[in-house]
This record gives sequence, C-alpha cells and structure tokens, in this order.
Amino acid sequence: MIESSAPTRDEVFELLTAIKDPELPVVDIVELGIVRDVSIEGDAVRVDVTPTYSGCPALRMIEDEIVEKLKAHGFSDVTVRNVFSPAWTTDWLSRETKQKLKDYGIAPPGTAAVSDGAELITIRRSRETIACPYCGSRNTEQKSEFGSTACKAIHFCNGCHQPFDYFKPF
Amino acid sequence: MSDNDLFEYLLRLGDDRLVLGHRLSEWCGHAPILEEDIAQANIALDLIGQASLYLHHAGELEGKGRNEDALAYFREAVEFRNLLIVELPNGDFAFTVLRQFLFDAFSFHLLQQLEKSTDAELGGIAAKGYKEVRYHLRHSSEWVQRLGDGTDESHTRAQRALDELWRFTGEMFETDDIDERLVAAGIAADVKAIEPKWNAMVSDVLSRATLEIPKNAAMMTGGRRGRHTEYLGHMLSEMQIVARSHPGAEW
Repeated sequence: MIESSAPTRDEVFELLTAIKDPELPVVDIVELGIVRDVSIEGDAVRVDVTPTYSGCPALRMIEDEIVEKLKAHGFSDVTVRNVFSPAWTTDWLSRETKQKLKDYGIAPPGTAAVSDGAELITIRRSRETIACPYCGSRNTEQKSEFGSTACKAIHFCNGCHQPFDYFKPF
Repeated sequence: MSDNDLFEYLLRLGDDRLVLGHRLSEWCGHAPILEEDIAQANIALDLIGQASLYLHHAGELEGKGRNEDALAYFREAVEFRNLLIVELPNGDFAFTVLRQFLFDAFSFHLLQQLEKSTDAELGGIAAKGYKEVRYHLRHSSEWVQRLGDGTDESHTRAQRALDELWRFTGEMFETDDIDERLVAAGIAADVKAIEPKWNAMVSDVLSRATLEIPKNAAMMTGGRRGRHTEYLGHMLSEMQIVARSHPGAEW
C-alpha cells in the first residue's frame, strides 16, 4: 500500500494562495476571502468557496484552478462547494491586501456600511471622495458606480488626469 | 409546505431576475453613453448571476437532474413564472429605467426579508442579492429623478413610461396558496407586508421626480401561472437558441 502524501489543511490553504483572482491578478483567493474552508478525508478534499458577486464570471475559472492545483498535489478526489453564508464582504480584506490593490492602481474599498432605503433613493446624498491610487489626490470624481468588473466603480482624478478603478465597498 | 412549493417559489425568484437580466443585456452596445452601457451590463450580470443561484437551488430540490442551465434554456414560455413587467420590451431609455426602479424597489424589500428565510440556502443567496440590489436601486432611483425632473422631453417620456408600466405593478403583491404556506413556514417573504413599504418608497421618488402615479389602473396578472404576454416567447427564442441548437455543448 502506498502511503498517502496528501498535504495537511494548512498546507492546502498555502497551496491555494498561488491562485490569483483572474480579474485582480495581484491578490490571491485566500486573502480575498473566497476560500471559506478546507476539509480533508484521506486523499479526498473539499474546498468551500463563496462568490464575491452573484454573477462573478471569475468564480468558475477559480473553481477549475482549485481542482487542478489540488489534484496535482496528491488528492484524487477534489470537490468545490459553494457556500453563501456569511455573505462575502470587502471588510474581510486586510490592510496588506488593500495596499496590494492600491499599488496595482485600484483604489481600495472603504467600510461596507449598511445603507438604508432612505439614503439609497436620494439624489443629493453625500458622496465620499476617493483618494487617487496614483497621485494620492482627493480631487477625484465618480464617473460611474459600475465599472470594468462587478466589483469596481470608475473614478477620475482631476489631479493627475487619470481614470482609475475603485474597489466598491460591498 | 412541500418541496414542490419551494421549487415553484425559487422559479419565481429566478425567472424574474433571468428575464429582466436578459432584457437589460439587450442594451449592451446601445446605451446612450458608455458609462451607462457598462452600468446596464453590470446590473444584467448581477441579475443573471442571482437567477442562476435560485435556479440551481430549484434544480437540486427537484432532484430530476435539471441544473440552472436546463431550467433557463429548456423550458417553454408557459413554464416561466416571472412577473409580466420584466418581460416587456425595453422601449426607450426612460421605460427601461422606470421599469428597473419599480422592480428594484420591490426586490430591495423582498430580499431584505428573504435574508432571514428559514431555508438557509435561500437566505444566503438573498443576502448576497440584497447587497447588489442596493447599488441597482441607487442607480435607477437617481435616473428616475433626473429624467422626471429633467427637460420637457425627458419628463414626457418618463411619465409616458410610468403610465404604461403602472398596471403591471399589482402583480408583485399577489399571493396564492404556495406563498401562504411558505410564509407560514418562515421560508418566503410576505409581499403583503412589503406592499406599503414599496408604495412609500416609490411615491417618494416619483414625487421628487415630478411624476404622477396613474389613477384607477386595471392591474394585469398571469405571469406566476405561466400566462405571459406575446413578448416572452420572442425573447426566449433568442435567449435559448444557442443552447437548443447545440445541446450539451461546452466551451
């Protein structure tokens, strides 16, 4: 009988940090909070993942990469399970992860405040100014709350005249 | 309450979002400005994503091997359970925006309640959708105010859209035996409790937009029972053709 060489739970988490979000190639799926749990039984492993946004097209690709990665490291049976509770939030991103986003040119998210109905339907709401990730200026404006991917908004810096992405608090 | 009740309820939630998401996706490449084009496509993506989660849950519950794709692409119009309002053609931008606002305000209150569903899977899916609908609602309510309280032209078009759409709003608050059993079990949201909140929010925004709610509208009904307008079949023929022409294809 061949002795199982399957990695431990901690080692699986470590392996998964090699998988980046295809739309944010500087951050990995563990620090992004997509990987929720790992359970191992012999050479079978189950990875629980949670989607960021309901329609995030990157999730399918991430699931395929998880399966490929763990099969290459001694697991014969890899399942990826979707879990929805607790709902993914940008509040899980650490200070270090936010810094990586900023260095990449994406303004990191503020706190995901739970806004109520009244705030959502007024056109004269207070709008947070987002610091430009390139020059640090706060003289910026929101161009659209919907951007190149579900998780980003489009802003423009009047200081350095650059458009930039803002990772929306969610 | 039976699994079949919940299956039906999940189809209603999924189909509302699938059909509206598909309608919004028709704006891709055609919206008045680039940012708006991207916004409509993003909102469409959220809605279709939500639909796939509800329909996936429905398929697992049914246990006949139908996944979200099978339910989306291989059912006929009479098997769809969506509200009539979401299947209406997009019309002009004012019509699209007004329809979106009326639906977002409904969805906002619905998902707020569903988050607490005793069906944990449904509650989790709703909790995620609730975060998304807040962005949608902010976007659509701002546009309603901009168009309604904008130029003569935008006001006229927004009012015309509202006059056309209002008779499709009553269906949101209809209930049947399935709803009653699911509400009693703590699974479904109670739309009767949502109706006054929806009314208050919608009246507030429409009055700020200087738009008038039509009086004495005769409310349309039928979508939840599979009785649709002629528009749904045309929309589905386009939405389903690739999957039906190449069944089982993967790419």
